[in-house]
Amino acid sequence: MIDYLLDPAHWTGSDSIGTLLVQHLIYTGLSLLVAAVIGVPIGLYVGHTGKGTFFIAGVANALRALPTLGLVILLVIVIAPAFASELAFVIPSLIVLVLLAIPPIMTNTYAGVRAVDAAAVDAAVGMGYRPLKVLFAVQVPCALPLILSGFRGATLQVISTATIAAYVSLGGLGRLIIDGRAQNDYDQMLAGAVLVAALALLVDLGIGLIGRFAVSPGLTRRRIRATAAQPVLATTATA
Amino acid sequence: MITFEHVSKVYPDGTHAVHDLTFDAPTGKLTVLVGPSGCGKTTSLRMVNRLIRPTSGDILLDGESTNGMDEALLRRRIGYVIQHAGLFPHRTVLDNVAATPRLSGASKRQARLIAGELLERVGLPATFASRYPWQLSGGQQQRVGVARALASDPDFMLMDEPFSAVDPVVRSQLQDEFLRLQREIGKTIIMVTHDIDEALKLGDQVAVLRTGGKLAQLATPEELLTAPADAFVADFVGRDRGYRSLGFVAAAPGLVVRSEPSVPIGSSVEDARAATDDDWLLVVDERAHPLGWVEPRTLRAPISFSDLNLSGTVAHRTGTMRHVLDASLSAPSRRGVLVDEDGALVGSVTAAEVVGSLAEIHAAGVTTGGTAS
Amino acid sequence: MNLDWIVRESDSILVLLVWHLGLSVVPVVIGLAMALPLGWVAHRSGAFKSVVLGTTGLLYTVPSLALFVMLPSILGTRILDPLNVVVALTVYTVALLVRTVSDGLDSVPVETVQAAQAMGYRTLQRLVSVELPVAVPVIAAGLRVAVVSNVSVVSIAALIGTQQLGLLFTQGAQLRFLTPIIVGIVLCLVLAVVLDGLVVLLARRLTPWTPRAVHA
Ligand SMILES: Nc1ncnc2c1ncn2[C@@H]1O[C@H](COP(=O)(O)OP(=O)(O)O)[C@@H](O)[C@H]1O
Ligand SMILES: [Mg+2]
Repeated sequence: MIDYLLDPAHWTGSDSIGTLLVQHLIYTGLSLLVAAVIGVPIGLYVGHTGKGTFFIAGVANALRALPTLGLVILLVIVIAPAFASELAFVIPSLIVLVLLAIPPIMTNTYAGVRAVDAAAVDAAVGMGYRPLKVLFAVQVPCALPLILSGFRGATLQVISTATIAAYVSLGGLGRLIIDGRAQNDYDQMLAGAVLVAALALLVDLGIGLIGRFAVSPGLTRRRIRATAAQPVLATTATA
Repeated sequence: MITFEHVSKVYPDGTHAVHDLTFDAPTGKLTVLVGPSGCGKTTSLRMVNRLIRPTSGDILLDGESTNGMDEALLRRRIGYVIQHAGLFPHRTVLDNVAATPRLSGASKRQARLIAGELLERVGLPATFASRYPWQLSGGQQQRVGVARALASDPDFMLMDEPFSAVDPVVRSQLQDEFLRLQREIGKTIIMVTHDIDEALKLGDQVAVLRTGGKLAQLATPEELLTAPADAFVADFVGRDRGYRSLGFVAAAPGLVVRSEPSVPIGSSVEDARAATDDDWLLVVDERAHPLGWVEPRTLRAPISFSDLNLSGTVAHRTGTMRHVLDASLSAPSRRGVLVDEDGALVGSVTAAEVVGSLAEIHAAGVTTGGTAS
Repeated sequence: MNLDWIVRESDSILVLLVWHLGLSVVPVVIGLAMALPLGWVAHRSGAFKSVVLGTTGLLYTVPSLALFVMLPSILGTRILDPLNVVVALTVYTVALLVRTVSDGLDSVPVETVQAAQAMGYRTLQRLVSVELPVAVPVIAAGLRVAVVSNVSVVSIAALIGTQQLGLLFTQGAQLRFLTPIIVGIVLCLVLAVVLDGLVVLLARRLTPWTPRAVHA
């Protein structure tokens, strides 16, 4: 497997490891972007207004039970004829990736917004924040930890499913596993598996890192300065 | 002035929360809405800044109808304080307070400057500014909540059970500080509480609501104690109201104060026995501030702090009759200790003398209000 | 849909279903047995907690197909060996349930634990007869997620060639034939719903004291 990864021949050409890696990243990024554009606003809307809670819970549960492999293959067979050339494989797979990425993003965004301290929201409205400002200055920053963990789940799901989708001719690192299986080349399969696992870990760490910078220490309860909690000070004495 | 004009609220589920409420909250005064849980206090309060829309009637700010006003702009003119403070957990204490000046258009720097001043004003040390709300106790959070409401210097304030979520000691401390603050700033305030003692302590006037959001009585605290409008108000104001109403009667100038023998702490047994023939002797510190009582007969060594009986309260000469009476009832000698403005011993009175002087006041029809506490 | 095909293939479909059931359930049982002590340790110790939860969290990020492929080289098994699937799913289950068990134990009210302590329960006794039972609702919620997602993940092993309902998907893909794919998806869903229901029932039997909806 090490030999496979070190062989320069595997790093050049149109199906080099580099190309597959970039493909994998593009599929992942693109699907997450589309999923975010759809899932975040819905989650925010439902969380902010409280309308449609039932819909969100239902979608999330149903999709967890759906076998992703079956879904990918089914959609490719059904949708592919509608597209010409290479897009016939790429577009249906991307649709599945987006479909799978939406629920974690949507439900976590919703749950995050719902979980924001009602008193803080009430205070914001009472102080004269307009609805969008309440959403973006109070609810979203407070919900950020959960929203990010939704993205984390979605990213893992997409990286994993993009690997599977190599079976229906999608590019990306999954090719190494699927082609290796077809050619009984276990070294190639293992190389692909290790690369996919490493990619997932790195991306996961990356999102964790983003969280450390983006989320207020007021929420993570991380101390940034040396503000060791002093004992409660009783101020003016009233004898 | 905040004016309620025939304000009613019926919730969509049919609950009649507030019924035909009409009253004024005068400029610069603190009006308390008090009543049993669920009687519509919060609903009434939140209709002022239109967090809840009245079903009928109108609420006016300085004569101007709030109906049809831009809601966000209206709310920025009114400070709003709620039970659990509702601080923004993702912002530092300073930025929480700076939020209201920012809303009224102050620059970030200006807003933080104002916020810093207000934190000091509500008694929070400057070191708290960079903390986050979770690093504060409930009482401290509530101070920040008050500072935030005051930071845009609004003319009006709405406060919903601002001191209910903290323990009794902190509560009474916050109340005292708030009274002091309000004397300086003179905002037009409506405060909601279910605690009649808090209402009587803080209110310039008190509106008692009964279930269904009907106004039972609007009166000064003293009137409420001495002349409850009906059985509901009398019952709600509670037992001991005769005694508590003494909190609004200034200690009478005619009250005869006797000189009270006293010895400094550390005095010898002989000095203590020589000072009095009575069973109990008052002990003071070097500034003549009363410390407690001792029984000279049982002393074996010079008077130390462990000898002191501390049960007696101390009343200010210019305080209220309630304090004076309590001092006389609580002292083991049954003589209430009076002190001057500096806390130095003036003398003592007995309960019988207090009651006698009350009878005179009553006969003369004098009832000048002091402040209850 | 081709009903003839279903009737014709019903025997082999049944075999795949049984394999799928086994590959989904066995890892949950083993995973729970491992997660209980690990979760308890995580619950008890602050430092160990971040280590345990961190490690299991990392394992959880490894995509399933990659894990199926890597395990043979680690375990020395053949690529087609169902053991790979069992081990992989056990890893996921443990990763998920350790956090759940730890959270569940954290959710037991302090007063309950202290009361048990004051009554003289020993640590293990208290765990088995007080803390775990009280934590059942939280643990059961995690178990439901584990069971349902396992049913879906098992089917991915078809890409390696392991026997289970996922083979219906690859078969359908090769033949460009929708019937086996739909049958596979439906059976997976049914299996997930049934197993989920069983966990709910079991949790109810274990927690007769919890309030539940009254059936009219
Ligand atoms: N959003 C609402 N919908 C329906 N009924 C409500 C709502 N809010 C409050 N109520 C009801 O209106 C009454 C008054 O409530 P509230 O003003 O909160 O009382 P208080 O603050 O005096 O305890 C109560 O009976 C309460 O149950
Ligand atoms: Mg209320």
